[in-house]
Amino acid sequence: MNIEAEGYPQAQFRKTYFEECAELLDALQTNLDLLLNGSGDDETLHAIFRSVHSIKGGAGAFGFSGLVAFSHVFESLLDAMREQKIAVGPDVMQILLRASDALADIVSAARDEQTLVADFAADIVTAMEEALHGAGDPPVPGAKPKSATESVDLSCERQYRIAFTPHTEMLQKANEPLLLIRQLRKLGGLKVEVDTSRVPPLDLIDSEAAYLSWVFTLDTGSPQSAIHEVFEFVEDDCELRIDVISDSSVAAPVAGLATSPAKSAAVKSAEPAGASVTATQSIRVDVDKVDRLVNLVGELVITQAMLTEQGTLLPADHYPALIQGIEALAQGARELQESVMAIRAQPVKSVFARMPRIVRDLAATLGKEVRIVTAGEMTEIDKTVIEQLNDPLTHMIRNALDHGIEGPDARVAAGKPRQGTINLSAAQRSGRIVIEVSDDGRGLNREKVLAKARDRGLVAAGATLSDEEIDNLIFLPAFSTADVVSNISGRGVGMDVVKRNVQSLGGRISVQSRFGAGSRFTLSLPLTLAVLDGMVVSVGKETFIIPLTAIIESLRPQAADIHPVVGRGLVLALRGEYLPLTHLHRCFAISDAITDPCRGIVIIVESESAGRVGVMVDELLGQQQVVVKSLEANYESVDGISGATILGNGRVALILDIARLREIDSRAATDRPLPAQYNATIDLPEEAPHAA
Amino acid sequence: MAKRILTVDDSKTMRDMVSFTLKKAGYEVGEAEDGKAALAVLAGAKFDLIITDLNMPNMDGISLIKNVRSDANHRGVPILILTTESDDKKKGDGKAAGATGWLVKPFSPEKLVELIQRVCP
Repeated sequence: MNIEAEGYPQAQFRKTYFEECAELLDALQTNLDLLLNGSGDDETLHAIFRSVHSIKGGAGAFGFSGLVAFSHVFESLLDAMREQKIAVGPDVMQILLRASDALADIVSAARDEQTLVADFAADIVTAMEEALHGAGDPPVPGAKPKSATESVDLSCERQYRIAFTPHTEMLQKANEPLLLIRQLRKLGGLKVEVDTSRVPPLDLIDSEAAYLSWVFTLDTGSPQSAIHEVFEFVEDDCELRIDVISDSSVAAPVAGLATSPAKSAAVKSAEPAGASVTATQSIRVDVDKVDRLVNLVGELVITQAMLTEQGTLLPADHYPALIQGIEALAQGARELQESVMAIRAQPVKSVFARMPRIVRDLAATLGKEVRIVTAGEMTEIDKTVIEQLNDPLTHMIRNALDHGIEGPDARVAAGKPRQGTINLSAAQRSGRIVIEVSDDGRGLNREKVLAKARDRGLVAAGATLSDEEIDNLIFLPAFSTADVVSNISGRGVGMDVVKRNVQSLGGRISVQSRFGAGSRFTLSLPLTLAVLDGMVVSVGKETFIIPLTAIIESLRPQAADIHPVVGRGLVLALRGEYLPLTHLHRCFAISDAITDPCRGIVIIVESESAGRVGVMVDELLGQQQVVVKSLEANYESVDGISGATILGNGRVALILDIARLREIDSRAATDRPLPAQYNATIDLPEEAPHAA
Repeated sequence: MAKRILTVDDSKTMRDMVSFTLKKAGYEVGEAEDGKAALAVLAGAKFDLIITDLNMPNMDGISLIKNVRSDANHRGVPILILTTESDDKKKGDGKAAGATGWLVKPFSPEKLVELIQRVCP
């Protein structure tokens, strides 16, 4: 359908279409993989065809002609395969895979309103056409003109005699003779004669059979094709004869048309293979609506927490019903929250499905033999998390292939099967999603890792590190284990980027490895970004939340461990490391806070950009799950604050953006100097190492 | 009373567009995402016209037509099929199964409404 007409919500249709395209392309990829593994069946091929077909259908509506042309050829090839004119073989599969990539690119280009080069994917189109030719099919025309035999005899009034005898089949297909007559009348002056001679006696009449026939005399200036168009749908189910009786211009040859209905008897009964499969019932809802729901439930949970807190102040024996009600409310609110979060959850399948392809392509490039085994694809996780999972996961898989898995000969020499295996799995464990990427490759060489870390000054010369600590050195910025930086997983970025991505999702990453036997990367992610595990801390009269994922430890330092350093403020000596101290009260100009680190609490937090920092607070109030509210949406963006939440007592608490704290503090330090007792200085190395 | 039309298509984009056009033209519109869903909808409601895509999962358009034509409650309902250009075989299958008429994609909103008026005034 073409919707370039006025008054159409084009933007909205476009959005739906491209969302749908993304789903169709995912399904296409998954099914191509199935076909490639040999685990596909007829229905797989049908599903592949449908994906391309649907993309094409929508593309036509929006006038994406390049997309239509490409998907048309693609679809024709699939159709020929579907009808077994072309067998599924490695050559054809290769073409399909390339075509599916190109299709994704063309869809992206259409979405982003980019123009592709004129001969984009021309080689693939040629390959597809050649495959089709091989099957004895005629070449595929791009977009065939609808009716090539359009009459050109315009604007000359003619009189036609139209003999029309409907067959019963015509009525069975819900075509109504009366409507055809009305259509004819629109063309010009119409005289109608009806022949009732075949109507049987009343008691023999079959109410669904056709007994009448008509002869029409039509005076019209419309071309004869217009008459044929009226009968377009019924031509096969009637006897129709159209003759020119008189012609105001030249005599045209008489056009006769009579078709037998016999062929309609041969109806193939072709039940689709998947007819018995029950589809998951689903409705499509705008993400905005769900977000609104999530927000409202967040409010509700906050109110409930407030009530619960107030409830504890009441003597339970005086208000038993109220206390009970509050408990029931807490239970209900929690369940409601979980249910709403589940709406946003999607199976990780959509991300996992892309990985086999990456493995296959990369293995071919590297000359390695690798298979990927996925598990737990149906594990569900918040949509926003899923969207951001693709990059880190892709990087980890590439890394495993590039650095982990050995070449086939090296594997055989090491007594392993030629083919390496990468396992990719997802599971839900204690409120978090755990994704594991493991390989049976060479594993991490700790000596090499440690040597390199020392080489780059990432580890102090005398420090002793546990095996686990050594393994996790690879997450440090600018660390690459590859001897040769390849263009595959090298690319100037390393596991530190993966770690940063994962941390920005509120996740953690770790690695376990055995030299010679393989590595396992474990990614632990929160189920949702809307709720955060936080440490509630107080500074003066203010309350802040520090994300739990950032916290390493907390302690009350001894005065001997605190040293002032010129130009760096106070540092905390902790197990041989010097950590800069950030004064929250100074960051946010809080007047009545504890200023002496030895009387307050120092929380050691870690962020990728600022490294390890000690954050000074007055008191730890407890650990709590909080509903994250956007500060930008409700107020305005504040430096050092990533969001806000409302606590049980009804007060707003700000969630700290720990990566920004140190900078804010050093800026504030120039305005408000240190307490007097720390005015002495000690000697420290010029660059105090704060990273392990 | 407004005529009721059921649009059956696995593509949400197509359903949206057909539905939007028809509502604008004053019809009441029901939607189903495949043949199976359409039959479920038909089990509970009467429609004056069905517009269906042919390629759909679970139950394709051809099977849907056959099912409707063999159902005493709905056998007389006109059914328009949506086909793509040059897909004569599919069109033939649709006709054989009992489709009333067809519409070739891509089509304009005007064409759609005009066609509907032809089979279901």
